[in-house]
Amino acid sequence: MPEIGWILVEAGVKAVFIVILILSAAAVSVYAERRVSAIIQLRLGPNRVGPFGLLQPIADVFKLFWKEDVVPKAADMGFHRLAPVISLGIAIAVYAVIPFAHYIEIGGTKYYFGIAPNVNIGLLYILAMTSVSVYGITLAGWSSNNKYSLFGGLRSSAQMISYELSMGLSLIGVLMITGTLSLNEIVLQQSGWGWNVFVQPLGFIIFLVSSFAETNRTPFDLPEAEPELVGGFNTEYSGMKFGMFFLAEYANMATASAFIVLVYFGGWQIPFDIGLGAGSIALALVQFAWFLAKVIFFILFFIWVRWTVPRFRYDQLMNLGWKVLLPLAILNIVITGVWIMIFG
Amino acid sequence: MNNTKNTEAERLNFMEKLYLPEIAKGLGLTMKYMFKPKFTRQYPEERFEPTGSYRGRPVLVDTTGGERCVACGLCSRVCPALAIEVQASETEREKERYPVKFEINMLRCIFCGFCEEVCPEEAIVMSKEYDIVFTSQEEAILGKEDLLVPEEQLQDRLEYLAEYK
Ligand code: SF4
Ligand code: SF4
Repeated sequence: MPEIGWILVEAGVKAVFIVILILSAAAVSVYAERRVSAIIQLRLGPNRVGPFGLLQPIADVFKLFWKEDVVPKAADMGFHRLAPVISLGIAIAVYAVIPFAHYIEIGGTKYYFGIAPNVNIGLLYILAMTSVSVYGITLAGWSSNNKYSLFGGLRSSAQMISYELSMGLSLIGVLMITGTLSLNEIVLQQSGWGWNVFVQPLGFIIFLVSSFAETNRTPFDLPEAEPELVGGFNTEYSGMKFGMFFLAEYANMATASAFIVLVYFGGWQIPFDIGLGAGSIALALVQFAWFLAKVIFFILFFIWVRWTVPRFRYDQLMNLGWKVLLPLAILNIVITGVWIMIFG
Repeated sequence: MNNTKNTEAERLNFMEKLYLPEIAKGLGLTMKYMFKPKFTRQYPEERFEPTGSYRGRPVLVDTTGGERCVACGLCSRVCPALAIEVQASETEREKERYPVKFEINMLRCIFCGFCEEVCPEEAIVMSKEYDIVFTSQEEAILGKEDLLVPEEQLQDRLEYLAEYK
């Protein structure tokens, strides 16, 4: 087989693993969400299906499959079907550039953990993909032919555009320091405890807030604000189509967490020497576990914030985006520039 | 002139307007709640035991001499949900009348307790049963054999009625 064939096979195998990983991560986050929300509200949460209710996500998915799939008569069939596919597809596609660990070396060849972690536009790719994902929501809102859905879709696009800016600008600070768009490169530069979060605290906070808005999580879940918009963009969705939006939301949350960890918290870099040779399987697995632990921490953080902070009003959301976060992000770039000019 | 400094947003001090410290405070609070004891009652295993004042499924009191009901039909008349049907007949016993047919449709009953209140013989009372399950509409119509409950099992309710009614 020619070289390109092997590359495709390798990518395919990795893709299967990653898709399984993401879908199970999404399922586990749903369980975590329900459990954490319950204990914050002095309840117990799902604890009947399997030990500690751990099989609850499986039961949930079964329920979604068995449900009737109701589509409004006046809906635009094609787009109505396409929207959840876009949402979930893009949520998964983002993982193509995320490095889960460094590499393992077998017979002189380096196998990287991730489909294309070394691609030199990794950061840009993720930003681009997360902006495309708004199409899923907007199309869902528009094609449902329902005013509440449409409002949800419109809000979502307005919100994404506003927060995309500050998100991108806050990342420029990191770019100025690291001088690369490749995610693996960025991780490598944060060896030891040299995490970017210590160098870019302001940028980190802006990025964190924007990623909450980008993933449509509370306090920025206006596209699906139940009290005002019934269910927002997914009002007219049921069955597994709704399930796909649901999974996409949690997959996006996992992406945002992974992104934060990679850019600001040293990714898979283990801060101390644990005496395993570079390229060995053991080291790669430890790196993977370390990366996963940090991602899980951020997923739990997302959930924790959701059950603490109430939703913003729409004007507050826009004010925060344009009048606070955007100027701060620009200020961050200026400060970083001055810092680099003086010290290095 | 209006006091423009009077809105909620303007009364906040600088630290509160920064918002992030307040969010941190909120997160601290929810974190504290995560470790508080939980209120959930694990239902089928841990059941709720009602007292005599509880209004569960209405039942007929069954004494040694048969039911107390004299089929006057008052309960049927007062029931706001039209859940009760009574058909009277005569017996040889001291109380000459008795219900040949006494049905309560539990899909209609709203547990108001009016039937109990209006009954001149204290023959229909509210029990403590609250987990009432049916798998069909026919099953939900309870006949006399389902409704009759021995007097001893209803002591709590009868005592409660004696005291407060
Ligand atoms: S239960 Fe009481 S009110 Fe109803 S018919 Fe019998 S005696 Fe009359
Ligand atoms: S409790 Fe109320 S609704 Fe139920 S049977 Fe008695 S009167 Fe009718």
